[in-house]
Amino acid sequence: MAEKTYLQAISDGLREEMRRDERVFVIGEDVGVYGGAFKVTLGFQEEFGHWRVIDAPLSETAIVGGATGAAIMGMRPVAEMQFADFVSCAWDHLVTVAAKQRWRAGTPVPIVVRLPSGGGFSGGPFHSQNPESWFAHVPGLKCVCPATPEDAKGLLISAIQDPNPVLYFEHKHLYRRIKAEVPDERYTTPLGKARTHLEGDDVTVVTWGAMVYTAEEASRELDGDGVSVEIVDLRTVLPWDKAAVLESVRKTSKVLVLHEDTRTGGFGAEIAATIAEEAFEDLDAPVKRIAAPDSPVPFSPPLEKAFIPQVDDVVQGLRELAEY
Amino acid sequence: MAVREAEPLGSLREVKEAGLDREDLLGIYRNLLITRGVEERGHILYRQGKIPGSFYTGRGNEASAVGVATAMGPDDVGTPLHRDMGVHVTRGVEPWRIFAQYMGRADGPTKGKDGNVHMADSKLGLLAMVSHLPAMLPVAVGCALAFRIRQEPRVAVGWFGEGAAARGDAHEAMNLAGVRRLPVVFICDNNQWAYSTPTHLEYPIEHLADRAAAYGFDGVVVDGTDVLAVYREAKRAIEKAREGGGPTLVECQTLRMEGHAVHDDAFYVPKELFERWAERDPLERFRSWLRENAELSDDEEEEIAGGVKRLLNEAIRRADESPLPDPASLLEGVYATPEDLDTPHHK
Ligand SMILES: Cc1ncc(C[n+]2csc(CCOP(=O)(O)OP(=O)(O)O)c2C)c(N)n1
Ligand SMILES: [Mg+2]
Repeated sequence: MAEKTYLQAISDGLREEMRRDERVFVIGEDVGVYGGAFKVTLGFQEEFGHWRVIDAPLSETAIVGGATGAAIMGMRPVAEMQFADFVSCAWDHLVTVAAKQRWRAGTPVPIVVRLPSGGGFSGGPFHSQNPESWFAHVPGLKCVCPATPEDAKGLLISAIQDPNPVLYFEHKHLYRRIKAEVPDERYTTPLGKARTHLEGDDVTVVTWGAMVYTAEEASRELDGDGVSVEIVDLRTVLPWDKAAVLESVRKTSKVLVLHEDTRTGGFGAEIAATIAEEAFEDLDAPVKRIAAPDSPVPFSPPLEKAFIPQVDDVVQGLRELAEY
Repeated sequence: MAVREAEPLGSLREVKEAGLDREDLLGIYRNLLITRGVEERGHILYRQGKIPGSFYTGRGNEASAVGVATAMGPDDVGTPLHRDMGVHVTRGVEPWRIFAQYMGRADGPTKGKDGNVHMADSKLGLLAMVSHLPAMLPVAVGCALAFRIRQEPRVAVGWFGEGAAARGDAHEAMNLAGVRRLPVVFICDNNQWAYSTPTHLEYPIEHLADRAAAYGFDGVVVDGTDVLAVYREAKRAIEKAREGGGPTLVECQTLRMEGHAVHDDAFYVPKELFERWAERDPLERFRSWLRENAELSDDEEEEIAGGVKRLLNEAIRRADESPLPDPASLLEGVYATPEDLDTPHHK
């Protein structure tokens, strides 16, 4: 075990898989000489060469479409979007081609698309989005949103091994801020299994990605009130661990669904609806949602602060639930 | 502009030099007949109400599809489109499975999950098209990328229509292929219409193949009703790609001889244009060529045509026996399992 940043953990996981399996290759913009916009693939081209660490033209369609073709020919591509926001330019190749090919034509498409996502540093409307809900609506895709360095590595290795197209959302605000112990050896973390980030008895927070830490800070503030908070980190939103969520809800009877993406039609709505359908009798309060308001992600710090759910928002939401 | 216009193929000797013996030629003729026959019979089934949804044919494009597929090697792969039935036929898809696909039956290649030509047999090196055009071009380029990374002497062939050439996928695919000199051949089925839209509203240059220069590779225009000329140009391009010479854009010129799909009577296409191109019917052209240059006899002709007829009758009978899919199969295969990776390409 060694202490690693979230970013190092991603980088290590990817490098280890490339060493172990020569079918794995990286394609993206500036991933080679530059090592990627966030340096996840720094040094990779020296180690693996130009044909396994491929600097692509500015062509998201060709990157993801090309990864799909290569995957069908037996490779294990890991494509990088420079920012998650640009995945819109590859929409068709994920939603139209990759997601449906196994179902209609019997041809699996084992690709991973890495998506540096999320806000918190004035990236503005085009460098801050959390587009996991767009894709969680698409049967045939998988959406992974690690929160911890340990998961970042284990989930990435699982994503590469998975025979399906996997979108791997890596939160930019966690890259260098979050450090923790990461096992040195190779391990996989299963897709679709939630993790209890914090155990508690009174209120459940269901969340993922960077919001796990927002929820954690908020829970500390509630310690003084004698309210014990349980945090369920979904880890993957497609598939999502319904059983773990329902189990926690049955224990605490109160639940807050929290995400950084906007509210309407966000994945939290699916979770809230499922809880209402399947655990209504166990609830002692209406399911609460905290999410970004329905606007594009703003640039200026006070606006962005008003957009991204803050610790205070979560504290208030938890108190309301506790007092209900 | 700089694009090369391919010569027609003349004598039997020239054809032999291009790699085809008399048996191959008769095989091509047979594939042309099967291709047209599958679509004609499909059209009848459609009018009988046996085919749900819509129905598309590639009438006029048979030589182009069969010619290119004949030039592909056994380990090459391709992404044929809705006018390219001849590719499936030439690669060896059994016609009964095509009819089962048309009719939405359980034994169609997509088991009723998708319709018409949205199918492919991956064991025969073909990838099933999606509707969105020309989304399969970047995928074909990705296949070529895999071959290049692994240094395999294999080539990918990607098809697109002259209308769909206006979309960004075509540009990104060709640009990436050009930058990396990938072993891919781009085949443009230029049938002069994109639904009701004529070529001058899709692109402002003389030949679509002129675009190849912008991506740093060669373009060639070929008469898509001349199966031998198509074969020769496709073969050249494929072998060049195989030897590391990079991509080629081959533009096959034809006329879409029917409406966009069966609901469309093509009122917007001038009648004279249909008349003029009817004189260049690809099947008739090749039949006369065989009679003049390869001593195709009446007996042989009858034998081939009769064989195709029997094949199609039997195919329709067999397809009609195939059950409709079980509604419970709807959710099958939304996600792949690790065992699914045991396909010919995933090693
Ligand atoms: C992206 C996209 N937009 C619209 C359509 C609907 N559509 C299907 S075929 C077609 C015309 C295509 O023309 P062309 O590329 O020349 O191919 P052709 O059908 O003539 O062979 C259109 C507009 C489509 N399939 N894909
Ligand atoms: Mg056309």
